[in-house]
Formats: sequence, structure tokens, C-alpha cells
Amino acid sequence: MLEILSYTFMQRALLASVLIGTVSAVIGVYVVLRGLSFIGAGIAHASFGGVALGFLLGINPLLTAVVFCLLTAWGIAWTSLRAEVKEDTAIGIFFASTMALGILVIGLMRGYNVDLFGYLFGSVLAVTQEDLWLSLLLGAGVLLTVGLFFKELLFIIFDPEMARVSGLPAGALYVLLLSLMALTVVLSIKVVGIILVSALIVIPPAAAYQLTEDFRRMMLLAVVIGNLSAVVGLFLSYWLDTASGATMVLTATAFFILSALLSPRRRRVRV
Amino acid sequence: MDYVIELENVTVCYQELVALEDVSLKMEIGESLALIGPNGSGKTTLIKTILGLVTPVAGTVRLFGKPPQQLDGEWKRVGYVPQIAQIDSRFPIRVFDVVLMGRYGQVGLIRRPGRSDREAVWRALEQVGIGDLARRPIGRLSGGQRQRALVARALAAEPELLLLDEPTTGVDVGTTEGLFDLLGELHHQGMTILVVSHDVGVVAQHVDQVACLNRRLVAHGRPQEVLSGEVLQCMYGPEAALVGHGEVPHLVVRRHGPHEG
Repeated sequence: MLEILSYTFMQRALLASVLIGTVSAVIGVYVVLRGLSFIGAGIAHASFGGVALGFLLGINPLLTAVVFCLLTAWGIAWTSLRAEVKEDTAIGIFFASTMALGILVIGLMRGYNVDLFGYLFGSVLAVTQEDLWLSLLLGAGVLLTVGLFFKELLFIIFDPEMARVSGLPAGALYVLLLSLMALTVVLSIKVVGIILVSALIVIPPAAAYQLTEDFRRMMLLAVVIGNLSAVVGLFLSYWLDTASGATMVLTATAFFILSALLSPRRRRVRV
Repeated sequence: MDYVIELENVTVCYQELVALEDVSLKMEIGESLALIGPNGSGKTTLIKTILGLVTPVAGTVRLFGKPPQQLDGEWKRVGYVPQIAQIDSRFPIRVFDVVLMGRYGQVGLIRRPGRSDREAVWRALEQVGIGDLARRPIGRLSGGQRQRALVARALAAEPELLLLDEPTTGVDVGTTEGLFDLLGELHHQGMTILVVSHDVGVVAQHVDQVACLNRRLVAHGRPQEVLSGEVLQCMYGPEAALVGHGEVPHLVVRRHGPHEG
């Protein structure tokens, strides 16, 4: 079984999976508890425009995706904080127009680009050494920031008004949270695919939520489930010759169903 | 005179809806004030305006002599108990961690809460009488216990001014009495207290001052002066009357009259 780990691409994919399983789950806890999953999906789709532009300009598409995702996250945060447009309307506008930009850019390129579609659906084989370094850098940055602002991020998702009244810069912290979501999306798209990244952000924390009523424990469980989903999904996709992202997401879904069945929350509701 | 809260001709609108109109209200240090009024009369909006969470279209707001947006390091002087509905009771968090949030403003960005913060949390929990529930997830508290946890969170900051928004909603009589006894004690120790309620009878006997709000400030003064038939009718409609029942006044609204939910 372990001989497949002698392939360099598989080693890279495994490292990337662990990174994705960990970082997505940590950020996902905030996303699930604050109900930001639509924003996650919006930011993910916005990366398509960035990826396409990267191909056109001949630079690493992940770099242009970082720019696109961050700009989209800030745009959404800005409209939501100013409350001039409803947040979900803003997300709808941002992600459709960045997607459209991506499609337009593809049209400018000669012929079809197979690699580009790898970004849409994700591919284990596609992870290069450079991608891995970039993902490590992004992942470490995200985790370090969460570690530093752990109590502040918890406060703004639990009770944003009270956070403001405590004198914390709640608006800036909200922008920070959305930026972290953007970076998490970028580090996952190569393996999981643009269409499915938000699923790995949402499903493992949602499964963890079923199992505990303690915040730190929820985060820990989400990381365990996220890693199991990513790694088990990776090996399954190798053996079954299926798309890696889709296999990871369906593995996570299986964990979610299992934890929903085992959930003490459900038992309590039934009583 | 130094005022803790100063509102001058404050008008607040949500789109076309006028929530508060030309409200002027001052609170001195050490005063206790009950803000009463029917549902939709702008009580919560008034509290949020004082806290700078809502920006008025006209008028000025001062909190400890400054516009709330410029309070910065002085936020620790303010304790806020929001309406219980504002808290997601399914959020996976324990009572101790909720109350600890009351200290976050003082702890400062990035830094971790220390021993003095934990001690303040325990003191606050004991004050409201839920020290034994510290490890309990908030989803497993009764309405009254959850309300007390929110009061403890505000007290953990050791504030000079305490603002409470409908602290008796969904709370049993015993807890309500306990809460007002605690507020009385805090007031006695010099804390300035503003409590919002639609429960006229209960609050009137526990505070120095009553302000009646129905988008505009209808009346403001000592409870026995303010709670006249005229004022109550202005707020609750022509059918309302206050029945003296020993020391305790009760609000009575005749059948089919607009009533409180």
C-alpha cells in the first residue's frame, strides 16, 4: 500500500492534502459558526478569473489567484460593512463577474488549455514543487495569524456588537477573517478544484459541530476530520482513479453523515 | 456637571422609518435609570445609539464626554448586556469563555488573558450566582441562567456604566428579583445603571429615574412623578392604567387594547 508514496508526485499530494485538511478546517470553524459559507463559495469562484489571467500572463496562476481572491474578499467585506448593498447580493455580483472575466480571458488564449480545467476540478498530479512551497507559505501564514488573533476572531464571530463595544477593531478583524478565507481557498484549489474548495472548508467543521459544545474541541475535531477526509480521499482517488477533489469532498460528506448520526446534539433535540 | 451619557436632539432613521425623534437625555454619575416603552418604541435603538453601534442622522451623542467612536481605551468603563436573542445559544462555547470575553477589551490585541482576568471572571460569576455553571456549554443553560451569564460578562470588565437591554425577557420571577437586587447593590456601590424594559411595574420600584420612550421621550423623572395615567396612555394607548397594589404599581391594559408581547 505504501509503495505509492515512493512517487514524488504522491508525496507532494499527501503533504498538500494534510495542509489543506488542516488549514481549511481551522478557517472553516469560523465560516460555519458565523454562516459565511456563501462568501467562501464566492471567493473560490473568484479565483477562476485570477487563474485564467495567470495563464494568459504566463505567471504561476496561484499568484494571480491570491490577488483576485483577496480583492474579492475585501470587496465583499467593504460592501457588507458599509451596508449599502446586501451582502449576498454583493457576493453574487463579485463571483459572477470574476468568473466571467476568467471565461473572457480563456477566449483570448489560443486553443484550449487542459491545465486550466485541472484548476476547476482539481488534480493530484498537478501539484508542483513551487505550488507546494507557496501552499506551505500561505498555510503557515494563515495558521500563525489565527493563533495570534484567536480570542479576537472568536469574539467577532460570537458577538460582533459586543466585540465593538469592548473597543476591539471589529471591522478590521472581519476583513482579516475574510482575507484568511481567501488565502485558504487559494492553497486548496490546485488539489481540490475551484468548484469544490468551499466544501472542504464547510463540511469537516460542520461534522465537528455535531460532536461537541466546546469551541477549541470543535476546532481540534474539525482538523482531525479535515485531515482524514483529505488523506483518505487522496488514497481512494488514486486507487479508484477518480478526481481527487471530488473524492475528498465525498469522504468528508461520509464523515458528516456519521457524526450527525452519532451526535449528542441530535439526541438532545429528540428527548 | 459631568454626565456619563449625553444625548442632544438625537434622531435615528432606518431608511424611511424614524426610530428615534429628537431625543435629549442626560445621565449623571451614579444614577440609575429605567428606560421603558412599548415594543418598537426605539428602546434598543437608543442603547445602540449611546454605544455608537447606530449612527444618528441628527443630534449629538456623548459617552463619558466623548463621541462613542472616539472612546478607544475607555470602552472598559462601559458594560453592555445585549438582548438575549442576540446570542446564538447553539454556539459551542462554555460559560467561562463567554464571561472571559468581557475582559478581552482590557487584555488588548493578540495578548492572552492572565490570572487577574480569570479572577475577575470568577468574581463576576459568583456575583450573579452561577459560579457552579462555569464549565457548562451555553446551549445547556436555562433562559435565566443565560441572561445571568451575559450580565456576568458585562461585570467582568468592572465597568462604571452598565447598560442592560431587556434583561428580564424570558426570565422567571425569582431570577428577575435576584437580578434587580444585584443591580440595586451595584448601584449602591456607585455604578451608573441604565436598564431597558417593557416591564413597567417591576423596574419602577428599583430605580431613581424613569424615562418613557415612544420614539420621542414622553417623560423623564422620578418614578412616582412619571408613571401617571397620562404618560402611560401616551405610550400604551387610551386603555392603559396603573393600578396601585400596595407599594407595587401594576400596568393594566384593558382587553383589546394594544398589549405587550
